[in-house]
Amino acid sequence: MSDKNRAVEKLQGKFEASILEVKQDRGDWIVTVKKEAIIAVLAFLKKECAFSMLTDVTAVDYLGTLDDRFMMVYQLTSVAHKDRIRIKAPVSEADCRVESATQVFGSANWLEREVFDLFGITFDKHPDLRRILMTPDWVGYPLRKDYPLQGPGREPYKGRLS
Amino acid sequence: MAKNEIMTINMGPQHPSTHGVLRMVVELDGETILKIDPDIGYLHRGVEKLSEYRTYHQTLPLTDRLDYLAPMSNNLGYILAVEKLLGIEVPERAQTIRIIMTELTRLESHLVWLATHALDIGAMTVFIYAFREREAVMETYELISGARMTSNFYRAGGLSQDVPPEFEKKVRDFVTTMPGYLDTYEGLLTNNPIWRKRIIGNGVISAEDATDIGITGPALRGSGVDFDLRRDIPYAGYETYQFKVPTGKNCDTFDRYAVRIIEMREACKIINQALDRLKPGAVLADAPQVCYPPKESVYNSIEGLIHHFKIASEGYPVPEGEVYVGIEAPKGELGYYIVSDGSSKPYRMRIRPPSFVNLQAIEKMAKGAMLADLVAVIGTLDIVLGEIDR
Repeated sequence: MSDKNRAVEKLQGKFEASILEVKQDRGDWIVTVKKEAIIAVLAFLKKECAFSMLTDVTAVDYLGTLDDRFMMVYQLTSVAHKDRIRIKAPVSEADCRVESATQVFGSANWLEREVFDLFGITFDKHPDLRRILMTPDWVGYPLRKDYPLQGPGREPYKGRLS
Repeated sequence: MAKNEIMTINMGPQHPSTHGVLRMVVELDGETILKIDPDIGYLHRGVEKLSEYRTYHQTLPLTDRLDYLAPMSNNLGYILAVEKLLGIEVPERAQTIRIIMTELTRLESHLVWLATHALDIGAMTVFIYAFREREAVMETYELISGARMTSNFYRAGGLSQDVPPEFEKKVRDFVTTMPGYLDTYEGLLTNNPIWRKRIIGNGVISAEDATDIGITGPALRGSGVDFDLRRDIPYAGYETYQFKVPTGKNCDTFDRYAVRIIEMREACKIINQALDRLKPGAVLADAPQVCYPPKESVYNSIEGLIHHFKIASEGYPVPEGEVYVGIEAPKGELGYYIVSDGSSKPYRMRIRPPSFVNLQAIEKMAKGAMLADLVAVIGTLDIVLGEIDR
C-alpha cells in the first residue's frame, strides 16, 4: 500500500476547510469530513475521481465515546480504477440529520432508509424516507447503543441457567 | 369494473415465486405494472445488533444464516474482515481449501438460482436436475463440517479442522462431471424457444443505471460492466488463479442467465486449479492468541485445556480499528464493515448484503412489463431474504 492516494490528494486540495481527518487503517483510506460538505464531497468523488458506485451507507453509534454521537459511513468503489475509499461524517444527537445522498447515487435510497430505520438519523431531501426493516409503527431505533438487546420493556437475558 | 381502473394487488409474503418472504404491493393497469413497492423485513433477526453482544468467535455462526444458500461465502467475508483486523496470515492449505469451498458454494448458489428461476418460468425439469447436483455440494459440506447448510467451517486463522482424505476425490469427481451437467441444462434451456421468448428483452437495465443503483455480481456483469472483485480487488488469494469474467451486452434476463452459466463453468476451472495445488500442511495459523489449540492437547494437557477455555469463555481481543472487506459472493458484493474498540466483541458490525441493494432495481426493471414478467425479474435478481432482512 502506498502512502498516497489519488483521490485523497484531490480532496485535500478542494475541500481543505471541510476535512476533519485523513487516515489509513490497514490499507483502507478513510476521510472524515464535516456533514455539511458530505454531498459536495460525494459528488466530487463521483465526477472527478471516477468513484462510480456508492457501495454502502451505514452509521456507527459512538455513545459516550465521541462528542458527536453518530458517524455516517459511506463506502465508495471505483469500477474504472478498481479501488475503494471510505468517507465519514460525524452527526450530533441534537441535530440528527444529514442531507440525502440519493441526489448523487441512486443506491443510497434503501441504504439510507435502513440507517433511518435502525439509527433514527433523518435524511433531508430523501424521496421516500420510511422504515424499511422494522414495521412502520415501531418505536425506537434498534441499532442505537442505548436500545436494549431484548427490546424495550423486557427483562434482559441472563444466560443459560443449566 | 370501470374501464380505466388501476388495481393494487398484494404479492407475497407467502408466494412461491418470491423466494422467501418478500412482499410486493403492485399497482396494475390490466396486466401492466405501474408501480412496485417491495416490503421487506419479515425475516429481520437483528444479526448486526446480536453481534455486538457476542465474541468474534460466537458471531461466526450468525453469518452463515444470512445467505443460507451460500453459507461459506458469508463465513469467508466475515473471517477475512476479522483477519484483516487481527493482521494474521493464513496457511496455504487453508487458503486453498477456502477457495475450493467458496467456489463450490458459488456453484451451489447458482444451481438453486437456475432451478428456481426456471421453475418460476415453467421449466420444471431443470429444477429436478439442478437439485441433484446441488445435493453433491451439500454432501461435501457434510463431509467436511458435519452440517449440510450452516457450515460454520472457517476460523480466524484458517479452518476449524482439516478435510478428510476422501474430500479431494469427491470434489474432483464433481467438477469433472459438472460441465456435462451444465451442457444438459443448456440443452434444456438456452435454445428452448419458450425460454428465450420469456427472458430475452425482459428486465432490461442499462450499465449506467445498474452502477448508479449499486447492483453488483452477475447482475452487473449481465449489463456489460466488466467488474469482478475476485479479479479486480482480489482477496483470499484469488489473484493467483486463472479465470474468465463473462459479461453480457443486452442487459436483459437472458444475458444474466448466460453470465451465470459461464460463471459456473469458470468456478469448476478454479476448483480444478486449486485441487492441483492442494498440498499437506497446517490448516490453522500459528497464532495461539486467536486459534483454538488442537484437540489432543486440550484432552491431554492442562495448558491446552486452559488455552481452550480462555478462548471459549472470553474470546480473543481484537486490536482497535475499522475495516471493510468486500467479497464477490455468488449474488454480488458482500461487504463486512467491522469497527473494533479493542475488546473481544465487535463494536459495530455492518453487513452489506448484495441482495438488498440489488433488489432496489426491481421497479426500474419491471415497470411497464406484464405481471408474469415480474416473476422472471425476481428470479434473475437472485435474491435471498435471509440476507436482505438480516
